[in-house]
Amino acid sequence: MTRLVYFAWVRERIGREEEELELPGHVKTAADLLKHLKTLGEEYEVALEHENVIRVAIDQEHVEHGESIEGAREIALFPPMTGG
Amino acid sequence: MAVSAEIPVVVRVQRADFDAAAETAALTARNRQIGAIVTFTGLCRDEGGSLAALELEHYPGMAEAEIRRICEAAVERFSLQGIAAIHRFGRMEPGENIVLVIAAAPHRHAAFDGASFVMDYLKTSAPFWKKEHRADGSESGWVDAKDADDRAREKWQR
Repeated sequence: MTRLVYFAWVRERIGREEEELELPGHVKTAADLLKHLKTLGEEYEVALEHENVIRVAIDQEHVEHGESIEGAREIALFPPMTGG
Repeated sequence: MAVSAEIPVVVRVQRADFDAAAETAALTARNRQIGAIVTFTGLCRDEGGSLAALELEHYPGMAEAEIRRICEAAVERFSLQGIAAIHRFGRMEPGENIVLVIAAAPHRHAAFDGASFVMDYLKTSAPFWKKEHRADGSESGWVDAKDADDRAREKWQR
């Protein structure tokens, strides 16, 4: 099981803050994960419509979409950051 | 490379307000190599009266870790004698503090650059998101990331 956490409008559109998912074997990278999630329901399709703007963090560190998610304990999906 | 244990790196993410003067005094106490301190405070604007409040969401754990990575990079790059970054979360009304950065160094250029570097990276890499609550009660919305903030960060990569 992999723990997924969502923030800001990604969280609002998916409709939950976090969940634990069993990911199929063909989901190997962050980009694969985004594509897989979009098959799970309309709320994911809406939240992840513009894949290129979605930021990904694995175990609380930023990664590119091509990064492997193998061994990840926690994967976060969120929009571009607007702090400061 | 790890930052020397003697150089204070203070990172906090908190709901409560902060006291810039007290934080500055605590960061720089007893270090006589410091000749320059730059203190930056970011506040909530009212956007010409249209904004009632900001709601700051963050990713607990990663927010602290990311700010610490940025601060340690600044200490290394600008040979700072101390750095502090405090970022608030929750609801903030116009006039309230949002973020504090204090950079201490032997000379002014390093202190100015250190504070500026930390803010430029913090804005684009630290996991915080602002939601606006409008004064007229109309629907609130998430603040869009600005290209200008990306460009401000990129200037440090040249």
